[in-house]
Amino acid sequence: MTVDQAPAGPPPGAPTPPAERPAAPPALRFLGGASGPVFVLLILIFAGIFTLNPSFAEPPSMMFFLRQAAPLIVLAIGQYLVIVSGEFDLSVGALVGAQVVIAAALIDGEEARTLPVLGVMLVFGLMVGLVNGLITTLLKVPSIITTLGTMLVLSGAIQLWTGGAPTGALSESFRVAGRFGIEDVPVLGQLPWALLILVAVALAALVLMRSSYGRTLVSVGDNETAAAFAGARVWLVRTGAFVLSALLATLAGVLIGGYAGVTAQVGDGLEFAAITAVVLGGVVLGGGRGTVVAAMAGALAVEGLFTLFNQLSLPSTIRPSVQGLIIIAAVAYAARQGSLPWQRTRPRAPRTVQPTRR
Amino acid sequence: MGVNEVTEPGPGRGTAPTGGAAPSDPAGAGGSGQSRSSHRPQAPQTSEPAPLLRMTGIEKSFLGVRVLHGVGLDLRAGEVHALVGENGAGKSTLMKVLAGVHRPDAGRIELDGAPVRFEHPLQAQRAGVSTVFQEFNLLPERSVAENVFLGREPRRRGLVDGRRMTADTEALLGELGIERLDPGARVRNLSVAEQQVVEIVKAVSRDARIISMDEPTAALAGAEVELLYRLVRRLRERGVAVLYVSHRLKEIFELGDRITVLKDGRLVDTADVAASTPDELVRKMVGRPMSAFFPDRAAGAAPGPVRLRVEGGGNEQLDGIDLELRGGEIVGLAGLQGSGRTELAQALFGIGRFTRGRMWVDGRPVLPRSPRQAVRAGLALVSEDRKAEGLALNQPVLANARMVLDAVLPGSAGRRARRVPEILSSLELVARGLDQEVRFLSGGNQQKVVMAKWLATEPAVMVLDEPTRGVDVGARQALYTRVRELADAGVAVLLISSELSEVLGMADRILVLYDGRIAGELPAGAEEEAVMALATGRAARGAAR
Repeated sequence: MTVDQAPAGPPPGAPTPPAERPAAPPALRFLGGASGPVFVLLILIFAGIFTLNPSFAEPPSMMFFLRQAAPLIVLAIGQYLVIVSGEFDLSVGALVGAQVVIAAALIDGEEARTLPVLGVMLVFGLMVGLVNGLITTLLKVPSIITTLGTMLVLSGAIQLWTGGAPTGALSESFRVAGRFGIEDVPVLGQLPWALLILVAVALAALVLMRSSYGRTLVSVGDNETAAAFAGARVWLVRTGAFVLSALLATLAGVLIGGYAGVTAQVGDGLEFAAITAVVLGGVVLGGGRGTVVAAMAGALAVEGLFTLFNQLSLPSTIRPSVQGLIIIAAVAYAARQGSLPWQRTRPRAPRTVQPTRR
Repeated sequence: MGVNEVTEPGPGRGTAPTGGAAPSDPAGAGGSGQSRSSHRPQAPQTSEPAPLLRMTGIEKSFLGVRVLHGVGLDLRAGEVHALVGENGAGKSTLMKVLAGVHRPDAGRIELDGAPVRFEHPLQAQRAGVSTVFQEFNLLPERSVAENVFLGREPRRRGLVDGRRMTADTEALLGELGIERLDPGARVRNLSVAEQQVVEIVKAVSRDARIISMDEPTAALAGAEVELLYRLVRRLRERGVAVLYVSHRLKEIFELGDRITVLKDGRLVDTADVAASTPDELVRKMVGRPMSAFFPDRAAGAAPGPVRLRVEGGGNEQLDGIDLELRGGEIVGLAGLQGSGRTELAQALFGIGRFTRGRMWVDGRPVLPRSPRQAVRAGLALVSEDRKAEGLALNQPVLANARMVLDAVLPGSAGRRARRVPEILSSLELVARGLDQEVRFLSGGNQQKVVMAKWLATEPAVMVLDEPTRGVDVGARQALYTRVRELADAGVAVLLISSELSEVLGMADRILVLYDGRIAGELPAGAEEEAVMALATGRAARGAAR
């Protein structure tokens, strides 16, 4: 990060560079490192979609697609925060499901209850995040186990409570965020609220990753001891990531509930979709490497891939298998990074750093 | 034991080959002195039989950057051949070429006069060339014997013959003069030194005639170094050629028969140890004499106010620590391995903290319970293990240099972070840019990043624990200069080092630790012997005060 932009945060502009490693031209930076392929893949997937179905390129269908993709991107941002700090969060899918079921049961179709219930959901999300974070950091339970446990507890509780058939209903105003948008926008048609929320969250994530907290989060993921020796409160930093992940899962729950309606299975498999997205973005499991932009691009690529499958008339049941293959392939690719000769050495000659340069 | 602590001869003096007789050298009596002087008296390379191994004109480039420029080296049976040079001089690359890890772009390798090509480490091993890297290749959950015979286990009726494996290992250990190492012991329960022995025994069991070792003493404590010395000498007696890479001149002069110096990927010289002096060697490595190494002390400047005071500090390892550091002074802290040097640094910094005693920084009472509190109080610690404790290796230079600001002082991060690039350049950091990941930097430049990280916090007290470990001679000078400037700017500096020459060359006064206590204090310009007397507990506590 260059120093002069640090206090102000990034300019809220279109293609914002990833939070770490500000190398020379931003456009080229995407093509380097483990995050490069995701952008290439994204282009290929969309080229495929547009070829099969040229009308998909029209703004209204793109808006529809983005509205549908928004929850996964939001989840991927949360998952990124946890993974870059060196942990996992497997509980987000179950949390999305639990939140939707809770919302339906508590709102029960009554408009007036919408805001209070949103508050309840926030508190519940906060608590799940705290539990995940504190058990992992203070009790030293590996996060893959902690959040696997939370996932089982939450999904079991949903089944127990609803018997597989959730009761109640969401209010209309609750569903606005996930389902509707600003109508009659020139060119675009409808501008979905979900997209606006997504853009806001994405910008907040970019600012966060440039803040002291974001930098410390990455340092903790890269080398916990060094971060602790530098004075970081490792437990607090990591717990923060779990809390943010749970809050973003809550937001994703609101969007999905509004869009897809209430079922007990609404969150199933989302944790793996989010992890797939993050890994596909070249974010290295174990922490310390990868950017939030790449994680979002990964989510977009996963969602695009599913759209492509639809257009190829492949059954949606193929998705888990494809996700599994992507996770293995992406991690294998990341593991090979740096072991190939042309990725290892420094091409440019080193020189003494000049103070005036930036 | 004292020997290993004194790894380089004193700055202005000590031109005698071994830098003065070491005070307590258990094995030295029969080992080093005799072996070096009487070793192969017919040495001059005249009618010697063909060397065991000869490398000529070795060239190697990585991505267009040439790392080795036509380097040649020959190894004779039964010699310890030291390979020295600054970081980045090409030592490791040359070693890896020999080990079959890297393939040379040009040049010849001849073994017993016949040209060979190593395409793979296994090929080198089969030809009798083994390499002991700093990272060991051992299975921690297996026994010593199983590791030694890994992949070549003796068999009996199709099953591994455990008894024979153990017996063979035992015999091998005996031959090499290693007692007290149980072939059945699990490797994970062994000390670093013992694991290294297992690596070497493994090589010997494969009939290695050439064994190269990459900084074998880097991770060893005092007494353990003796174990390695003895083993290396035994290997030499058996006619093995040992290629020995080390930063520690003392070792080279004690163990080595010949020295090859590399600089910037080129061969500078190969010479007999007996005909070399440390000063000469340093000049070959760096291109300047060692006396010009340490910055001048501020002439007669009186130290400023007390910035750090400790009274009766103690914990499980330390006891009765009384300290007073003043602004403007560099206080050296000497002591043998295990005397509590690092423990003291960490206790000051809230890691393994003081459980007894009191402490003040700039007159304010603090007894840090965590690094965070220590940073807040105005302390900084350049810790001993740079890679494990100091750096996030995959992050860029700037992120590392800002790490403490971001972690502890986010409010002022913006203001102080603006100064970070300036601090980095004042340290003469050599990097592709502030966005380069620090794992690509040399040890010296990495250490500069660590220094910058702490300088950015504008500390009152700077504790430096082994600041030049693994740092090449050139980068050391930049660090020394910066440390002196820091003191001149009013910071109190505590310099902890196992290299006595560093403490003697830099410090305005010297504290000596022995067994977790401060055994005494010596003024600048103290003799090495006086320090060692305190460090080994031979001088009465407090006698020098």
